[in-house]
Amino acid sequence: MGERFCDINLRINGEDISARVEARKTLIDFLRDDFGLTGSHIGCEHGVCGACTVLIDGAAARGCLVLAVQCDGAKVDTIEGLSDSGVLIDLQDAFIRRNALQCGFCTPGMLITAQELLSRGGVPSRERIRDHISGNYCRCTGYHAIVDAIELTAKARESTRAGRDA
Amino acid sequence: MDSGLLASLGPVMTAMKLSPDQPSPLSALDRPNSYIGRSVPRPNLARLTQGRGQYVSDVVLPRMAHVAFVRSPHAHARIKTIDTAQAKNAPGVIAVVTGAELTKVITPWVGVLTHLKGIKSAPQHAIAVDRACWQGEAVCAVVARTRAQAEDGCALVNVDYEVLPAVTDAETALDPVTPVIHPALGDNLTFERTLSVGDPDHAFAAADAVVETTFVFGRHTGVTNESRAIVADWNPGEQRLTVYQGTQAPHMTQNLFAKHLGLEEHQVRVLTRDVGGSFGLKVHIYADEMATVALSKLLKRPVKFIADRFESFVTDIHARDHRIKAKIGVNRDGTITAFEIDDLTGIGPYSVYPRTSGIEANQVVSLVGGSYTCPNYRARARVVFQNKNVMCQYRAVGHPIATAVTEGLVELAATKIDMDPAELRRRNLFADDNYPATSAAGLKFEKLSHHASLDKILAMMDYGKLRAEQAELRACGIHRGIGLASFIEVTNPSAAFYGIGGARISSQDGATVRLDSAGAVFVHSGVTEQGQGAESVLAQCVATSFGVPIERVRVVTGDTDNTPYGGGTWASRAAGIGGEAAWQAGKALRQNVLAAAASILQADPKALDIRAGIIVDADTGRERMGLDEVARVVYFRPDTLPPGFQAEFVATRHYVPRQWPFAFTNGVQASYLEVDIRTGAIKLLRHWCVEDCGTVINPQLVDEQIRGGIVQGIGAALFEHCLYDEAGQFLNGNLMDYLVPMAPEMPDIEIDHVVTPTADSELGAKGCGEAGTAGAPAAVMNAVNDALRPLGAAPITTMPITPERVLGALLRA
Ligand code: FES
Ligand code: FES
Repeated sequence: MGERFCDINLRINGEDISARVEARKTLIDFLRDDFGLTGSHIGCEHGVCGACTVLIDGAAARGCLVLAVQCDGAKVDTIEGLSDSGVLIDLQDAFIRRNALQCGFCTPGMLITAQELLSRGGVPSRERIRDHISGNYCRCTGYHAIVDAIELTAKARESTRAGRDA
Repeated sequence: MDSGLLASLGPVMTAMKLSPDQPSPLSALDRPNSYIGRSVPRPNLARLTQGRGQYVSDVVLPRMAHVAFVRSPHAHARIKTIDTAQAKNAPGVIAVVTGAELTKVITPWVGVLTHLKGIKSAPQHAIAVDRACWQGEAVCAVVARTRAQAEDGCALVNVDYEVLPAVTDAETALDPVTPVIHPALGDNLTFERTLSVGDPDHAFAAADAVVETTFVFGRHTGVTNESRAIVADWNPGEQRLTVYQGTQAPHMTQNLFAKHLGLEEHQVRVLTRDVGGSFGLKVHIYADEMATVALSKLLKRPVKFIADRFESFVTDIHARDHRIKAKIGVNRDGTITAFEIDDLTGIGPYSVYPRTSGIEANQVVSLVGGSYTCPNYRARARVVFQNKNVMCQYRAVGHPIATAVTEGLVELAATKIDMDPAELRRRNLFADDNYPATSAAGLKFEKLSHHASLDKILAMMDYGKLRAEQAELRACGIHRGIGLASFIEVTNPSAAFYGIGGARISSQDGATVRLDSAGAVFVHSGVTEQGQGAESVLAQCVATSFGVPIERVRVVTGDTDNTPYGGGTWASRAAGIGGEAAWQAGKALRQNVLAAAASILQADPKALDIRAGIIVDADTGRERMGLDEVARVVYFRPDTLPPGFQAEFVATRHYVPRQWPFAFTNGVQASYLEVDIRTGAIKLLRHWCVEDCGTVINPQLVDEQIRGGIVQGIGAALFEHCLYDEAGQFLNGNLMDYLVPMAPEMPDIEIDHVVTPTADSELGAKGCGEAGTAGAPAAVMNAVNDALRPLGAAPITTMPITPERVLGALLRA
């Protein structure tokens, strides 16, 4: 069974992990089943819904399309780690105030995807926001409130930046 | 209460009626620290944004095994043999179980109800026995230590099938030459309803114009982001089954599991924590869920089943798939003289348990023409069996179909007599000042606001200006369309929906409130949270009627051991029914607590009130003592209370609508879009909705329910379609090929309200969960046709309206 399992080292939410993992196991199953990181969700397992979005070396990626073994040596951040560190707190707060989630199943993936756009700075147009989250399926909200929450956060961050620069 | 007084209070005050037990002239809305009508954020959102939800997919139990199913690749096939030997020896496999073996643990069921006269169906098994009747029906279960091992095991099960002819076309399902799917039933007819009211023949004959067309609604499905998920845990030591299930109706499934496993209801506990979307899809019981509980009983250990996305497409209920021949008669002055419909719908091989698959067609018959005074109506609906996945109730059951047919006909009639479609509606909608009223189909309306809603939406969209803009752009070759759709929605159902037909589905709901020892309140409710915000609404009701800050209210739902028996969440009932029970329970607890406070303070309980968590003098608001202090004395120093006084810090109240079978709501939607006549692409520009759900408990939650619902309706109108070939093979069962609405194609949606409370409850709240889905397809369809009409295109009455269909309509121009 030699090739069926691989030893990998990676850093998950800032914690160094060594693990023996089945070669066919996806990153999302590895995170959820082996580490109890159930904040990242599974909506389709074929790369369309975005519920499984995590950060791999700082870039948003689909946990269902990446094998755990491919993350050997990588830095993986999930919604749990990003929440604990506080980097998303204003965006999470905007989602709450704007009721930009109903069942919440899409939310972790949506937040991570939105953060990627927001981290580029500026206040993106609503159209640009809609385009950026085009790979994240939400059945509940109709997207309007999500766009509002992201826009609100962009504006708030921009005015903080302007305040700092002034 | 005095209606003269109500009128004099003006629109805000009349939005909430006085509580009869309140001598104060304040309306309930104006109770100090009232949360009714306020957009308080939902208490459960923070943890969901942090990835700390507890969905069934996340549940892990000691010794838990996973089940995967071998599913029939054929739409109809006899199962000759199932060879499980190889699978049984596969790594990690615990058991391989066929349908026949599982019948020793769980009994089959038949999805019929007595109030749908003549409805019939055949016994359905948890796992197919002898015969598979649709592609995707489970024929064998493999239980293993991991899901991957269970799937590996499935690949090793060898099933020998004899392929049988598949009945797939609803149009020919009743032909004598078509094979009968269940020979014991005699034919493929599940259910038929006919209705004739007034004199439709005469009305059509006498009409100045008659318009006839056929509407076709594509079969689509719920695509909840979290698929169906269940963990069943039979504990032989306790003789108890605990089921973690993403369901809308825990008490309903408790009953079904008990009944078919041969247990008493109290031996089953159903727990529903976070649910990743429901939309009616999770209000039914599915064969693979029954199989999972049976396997747990058989194997005496927890078993988990999560439908993967492909399984979801072939087993989650589908909906709509109706073909309706429809006709409207109209006079030149705009009077609608008659409606007629002939509906045909194919529902798969079984009527779904326990609500049946006859309800959607039944609703279509009841709802067509329901916004209009027209007294002449004829309808027929036939529901037939076929070898495709089952169809059943999905968000807004029947409404999107009935609304698209009615509103489609209305706009065609307006074109025919050359009248503005808004004006034609105005001339036929039930008048706002003439209630109660009854529709031709017999629907009883307590009070609706069609005209106020229409006026409001026309003002919101600046209808006149929009028409001018449309004309101007048309001159430059830009083709935009405006579509309207008035609608009614069934909410707050009484026992008339299911109970009278013999279904053990509660129409009543209850709330138990309890004061803890530090002055906080627990609310236990029978309705469930599906993400719509039910828990917020319950907390708002109790915080207001009892009198505490909302942060001190904790809501418990989704546990059959620990909530009052209730129906759960469906048919837009959670706020209107569950909210009213919570409101009443909060009031009852207030009386109980005031009695205790009065005995401590040696005051008259009627002279006291609870405001912001403090006992105060009712007339002056002077603070007397904190709730924590009352609780301290009652719980820890009852010896200091007067002899004979016993405090009761738990109160339970129930509510079920009694005066009206349903609390009908109404509303109107409008769509503004642009059609690219070279590509057939449709760009949605704006969408509006004015809705009247009575008292609005939480405006933000109501608006977001409507927005989400509208986008689901837009999905039906433009994208979503379960495609089958003639052999009954599902062609697009994945999220790449089945299109769901994604953010870039969706418009911003503007919402406003008219408020007409129901007098059936003190709160006056009606439901709002399905209004969006009910009206959106009609509004979009009408807008597309409005854009294409000047080009001479044939009206498009087939959904989804794909670019191909748009180009086809233009070709026929
Ligand atoms: S689960 Fe990965 S994209 Fe859907
Ligand atoms: S909130 Fe339910 S899927 Fe987005």
